[in-house]
Amino acid sequence: MKTAMATRGQPAQILAEKNRGKKAAMMQYLAQKFRADVFDLLHEKGTGHWGGASSVAELLTALYFDVMAVRPEEPRWPDRDRLVLSKGHASAILYTALANRGYFPVEELNTFRQLNSRLQGHPCMNETPGVDMSTGALGHGMSVALGMALAARIQRKKYWTYVILGEGCLDEGQTWEAMMAAAKFKPERLVALIDYNGFQLDGPSNEIMPLAPLFDKFHAFGWKVSPTEWNGHSIREILKSFDWVRQQKEWPVVVVYKTQKGRGVSFTQDTHKFHGAVIDDQSYAKGQPELMQTLAELEAAL
Amino acid sequence: MKTAGKAVVMRDAFGQALLDLAEKIPELVVLDADVSASTKTAGFGQANPDRFFNVGVAEANMVDIAAGMATCGLRPVVSTFSLFLTLKGADQIRNTICYNNLPVVLAGGYGGLSDSYDGASHQSILDVAMMRALPNMVVIVPADAVEMQQSLRLAIRRNGPTFIRICRNETPTLFEDAAPLEIGKIRKLRDGSDVTIGVCGVPTSMAMQAAERLARDGIAVDLLEIATLKPLDVEPLVQSASKTKKVLTVEEHTIYGGLGGAVAEVLAQHAPTKMDYVAIQDRFAESGDYAALLAKYGISVQAIVEKAKALAGR
Repeated sequence: MKTAMATRGQPAQILAEKNRGKKAAMMQYLAQKFRADVFDLLHEKGTGHWGGASSVAELLTALYFDVMAVRPEEPRWPDRDRLVLSKGHASAILYTALANRGYFPVEELNTFRQLNSRLQGHPCMNETPGVDMSTGALGHGMSVALGMALAARIQRKKYWTYVILGEGCLDEGQTWEAMMAAAKFKPERLVALIDYNGFQLDGPSNEIMPLAPLFDKFHAFGWKVSPTEWNGHSIREILKSFDWVRQQKEWPVVVVYKTQKGRGVSFTQDTHKFHGAVIDDQSYAKGQPELMQTLAELEAAL
Repeated sequence: MKTAGKAVVMRDAFGQALLDLAEKIPELVVLDADVSASTKTAGFGQANPDRFFNVGVAEANMVDIAAGMATCGLRPVVSTFSLFLTLKGADQIRNTICYNNLPVVLAGGYGGLSDSYDGASHQSILDVAMMRALPNMVVIVPADAVEMQQSLRLAIRRNGPTFIRICRNETPTLFEDAAPLEIGKIRKLRDGSDVTIGVCGVPTSMAMQAAERLARDGIAVDLLEIATLKPLDVEPLVQSASKTKKVLTVEEHTIYGGLGGAVAEVLAQHAPTKMDYVAIQDRFAESGDYAALLAKYGISVQAIVEKAKALAGR
């Protein structure tokens, strides 16, 4: 059940929009459209990770449609901004954003997780145009992003390196090795983005592996930390957070976004139960209208 | 066959090679995990502070930093003790370096039993098995400092990952005047029709001496030096095995997954041949003098001679 995209929510229109307020509303719509498309896709394929994909829909939309300097027609442009999706299980939303940004045909999304597809279960940089690093095994992204940011310094380039981490990545010891090392080397334009949705595969993070006090930990590890937890589902707040990032002079920088796992569907949000569970027919029939309702509201606001 | 030349400390030669390459290859960067004074990358770091990264004792992090750098056009050499590199960095080497086929050189220092006095906790006798199991990985076990420097130069320019095992200690120079090492090529050191000896790494000089002794006893050894364990140079190996019908492998590694395993895999498929292995049995070693330790754990001229004779039926 595919919905058509509103004319004023088309990617090309959004990229061309100069008015910040209008653009934010358009991206808010687009992120919800991506979310609904991912829900469709995961239901259709019977595989994939809904919870963690839904929680980064707005963040990825803001990055690819506003924040990052990229060239979809030249995916390996050496001066592009980099994104490492350390929580690689959110691949479906990444692919949806990349396809709509022009890296590959939107129709190709239909091959997700199928044999002979460029869209692997978890992101693969040598398969999918626009993917800057293969991820999947958790805990790698922070180190990789640090390497990319250090390479920029060595080569006197000005690109930005963003890494998106979830609770699972923050459980991994390697992330904290990389946090220490980043604070030692202090590469410019290295930004960690925390998708803090409070849930992981097995349950609430507070039960599985408490991360609090997370801000204090980042401070203690020598990072410049966002002054607040921004609402990771509000494009306006996300854009504000990047305004803050661009004002920073000390590196590295970490921004925390409060998000909801499985956002947008009443019975999948704020629970671990739809981390990787199949969106079966019953869940789809119940959840899809909720996503459409929100989408219609956002379209009306355009 | 030329006799062994002067002994050179392989890790010193490694440090010197990095220094020499720094100017020629501006993309070269070096990472170490708080053992740069031991692995000898410290000299590179002093001369090139902007291209040297000591990440502390954090091998996993080090490997992935190198991966990120490699995606941006740099040519990283990652250095630490081979045991810690290949085990603590295993997930990173597999999922980031090899999966993406990134041009990173993994320099496994203190290879084999060469960290002899530090004991079993530091001795790297399964690194080759680990690295051989990884798609896209090229695995090189140099026999002397010359081969180590040559393989390093080649590896830094390769468009994919390369593991090079480096001995901590003095090793005799064997190939100073020989043709330069080629990745993926077996070096034929001696022609014979009675038994094939395939050898890699530090025990190469032992195998050369053993072949001399065996010749005096009337056993002609076909001696192959196999510095590249992956990809294995199949043709000369199969040719030799087809000729001698008996193959002995010699290596400073456990009997599982190293040179012996690699040769057995190939011969089982192309030329099933009676084989034996000079290697460390399935056990941990201990502290002690390097040469004595090698001998105690089954790697010596004597052990090679005895196993070759038994294979040859003498």
